[in-house]
Amino acid sequence: MSQANAVAVILWVGLTMYAIFAGADFGAGLWSLLSGRGERGRRPRELIDWALGPVWEANHVWLIFAVVVLWTGFPSAFEAVFSTLFIPLSLAALGIVLRGSGFAFQHTARRAGSQALAQRLFGLASVLTPFFMGTVVGAVAGGRVPVGNATGDAVTSWLNPLSLVMGALFVATGAYLSAVFLVSDAHRAGAPDLERYFGTRALVAALVTGALAAVGLVVLHSHARYVFDGLTHDGLPLVILSGVCGVGVLVLLHRRARRGARVLAAGAVASVIWGWGVAQHPYLLPQTLTISAGAAPSATLTSVIVVFFVAAAVVLPSLGLLYTLAQRNVVAETARPAPPQTTGGEA
Amino acid sequence: MAFTLGFHIILASLGVALPAMMLIANYIGLRRDDADALELAQRWSKAVAVAFAVGAVTGTVLSFEFGLLWPAFTGRFGAVFGVLFAVEGIFFFLEAIFIAIYIFGWKRLSPWTHFWTGVPVVITGLGGAFSVVAVNSWMNQPQGYSPASGKVTSVEPLKVIFNPAVPYEVPHMILAAYLVTGFLVAGIYAVGLLRGRRDRIHRLGLLIPLTVACIATPIQFVVGDSAARAIAKDQPIKFAGMECVQKTSTDVTEYIFGRCTSTGVKGGIGIPGFDSFLVGWSTSTQVTGLDSVPPDDRPPFDTMLHWSFDIMVGICTALIGLGLWLGIGWWRKRDFPQTKWFLRATAVSGVAAVVALEAGWIVTEVGRQPWIVYNVMRTSDAVTHASGVWVTFAVVLALYVALGTALIVTLMAMSRRWRSAKEEDVEVPYGPEPLPRDVTTEAPG
Repeated sequence: MSQANAVAVILWVGLTMYAIFAGADFGAGLWSLLSGRGERGRRPRELIDWALGPVWEANHVWLIFAVVVLWTGFPSAFEAVFSTLFIPLSLAALGIVLRGSGFAFQHTARRAGSQALAQRLFGLASVLTPFFMGTVVGAVAGGRVPVGNATGDAVTSWLNPLSLVMGALFVATGAYLSAVFLVSDAHRAGAPDLERYFGTRALVAALVTGALAAVGLVVLHSHARYVFDGLTHDGLPLVILSGVCGVGVLVLLHRRARRGARVLAAGAVASVIWGWGVAQHPYLLPQTLTISAGAAPSATLTSVIVVFFVAAAVVLPSLGLLYTLAQRNVVAETARPAPPQTTGGEA
Repeated sequence: MAFTLGFHIILASLGVALPAMMLIANYIGLRRDDADALELAQRWSKAVAVAFAVGAVTGTVLSFEFGLLWPAFTGRFGAVFGVLFAVEGIFFFLEAIFIAIYIFGWKRLSPWTHFWTGVPVVITGLGGAFSVVAVNSWMNQPQGYSPASGKVTSVEPLKVIFNPAVPYEVPHMILAAYLVTGFLVAGIYAVGLLRGRRDRIHRLGLLIPLTVACIATPIQFVVGDSAARAIAKDQPIKFAGMECVQKTSTDVTEYIFGRCTSTGVKGGIGIPGFDSFLVGWSTSTQVTGLDSVPPDDRPPFDTMLHWSFDIMVGICTALIGLGLWLGIGWWRKRDFPQTKWFLRATAVSGVAAVVALEAGWIVTEVGRQPWIVYNVMRTSDAVTHASGVWVTFAVVLALYVALGTALIVTLMAMSRRWRSAKEEDVEVPYGPEPLPRDVTTEAPG
């Protein structure tokens, strides 16, 4: 594999992680928005808050990771995407800020009014951000992002059937992933009513996402022929894998089986993303910029690869440590339901 | 972008230096079996979490802005400076993880193990600061790529990472972070003391950060002074802009404040020959003037630039004075001076340090103009060609005001709750949160 291809793979790893974790995160925001105001939606919202907990920060890191790898490894593609598609990307950034402050604020806001406002903000931003990200992907796949500083059309590049379907698909995928994850979280929290609640929603979201994906294929056929052909040839195994995973999740959900549903749902999303990558290979921006033409000088690519492996070697064990510590606490705390202590001295 | 960076720089400073204050308090608490110090460490760890969470959001937006505002800059040089951001990514990730471990660990790890989980937070903060500031250093002293013009085809990452401006710019910024955080936190407790909350927590809360900041200030003065001399050598036009030197000559007068005009400084206090002396320890040192380059290559907003520099140096000098005051008090009575005026000065020092930080930021950024990459790429060539950027900018501006307000309100709410009810479980991002029903903790997925 060439260095440029290796960095493209790293970029895709980042995108996949972001799509799965942040997608589930965004989806949780959507469910929080749809759960209804006041008392009616209180319990689902509590579960969502609890499940999101400290992980949402790590999701930002995946986005920053993907953006930095894109501009370091493929600066000209970065320039093209961010200048031509500045409207949807600005709106997505807006959503990220709103989400972040809404999330931080709703935990400290004590008055019901400001808490509800923070929640509403959080939910709304959770829909806007993935939608605009989706339109960006639609624009790239549709070949509407030419190389250069804002050389593409600022509006039609992302306001077109393909981008809109992609935006909707991203929102639906997030909702689907998140509902599947929340079923397990509800089980972990010992709340069977919420388990059923999110189980039903996961089924509905799965059907909507599947339908949107089918519409997406039709639109791809007319608006992004190159990617369509790729998906139906080289990328076909991955598309089929995704379909199989999706059906598997449906079966598991229907049988109310929890085990494996999360992995299968994540697999369905991941294989579509990799299918997209394979479909537009060797292009980074279909039919205008190839991976090798857009790649940074070799020393830079080497650095990115080295940094990636160092990161994997250092960050993964730390994450593992955090995870084990937290897991151990679950056991310790449930055995000893004492009130939280006040200072570290006693711990 | 300047605005968002100006906002981010404060949060980033807190993110870099507050963990150190927290660990010092933690260390004192464990060493001397001091429950108040531990209480402080715990409160500060929650403030760290909030600052870090908001800092992560502003950081994400900043990474977008590289493309939304400066696509041509990133498009041409992303391959050069991007590696530093990739390195920063590792530090950032590790910092997030260890902050989470530290905060979770208050109730669950043995005290000293818990203390050690905080150490990586401090180290990764320093590493992150290095990587990001090194990018700015590179923009001031670009090297390590070729060819000199057009598409970059080869990069020497080590030359980029360790560019000549790193040795003075990076320490200068890290010290600034410790200084700002120290005075800011001490200032908050000084206000509390002035309002009559004279308990031990407030006194410790003032003393620990103030001591750190007062030790950092004189060092900062020396580092800043050598930075200015290095700039006089490496970026003479920037230096000329900072000091309003119009004509290249020897025996140059140092002006404090005053209005910059094309014929020289009007008003202000002039010290004959002192500028030359500062640059080369002799009044006969030649100082390069703005007239050595065409008007298009000179920094804009000359008076503001000059004032920013003087304000920064002036505040630093005043803060050294505050440090001496503290030192004398400590030497005589083993305590900080118990006068209202000392507390007032400390309260003001927090704001003053932030002003100095922003002034320093203006000096380095405006002083580099009209270049985004010194003598290589003009800012006007780096900017996006997309129209409507001003709308984006206005929206971002409004959001940051909201974000800043939310941050301050959040921190104040936390502080109120600490005071009122001894209620410990203030909910923060990262913190363990109460579960629906009766399970009491969660696992990050």
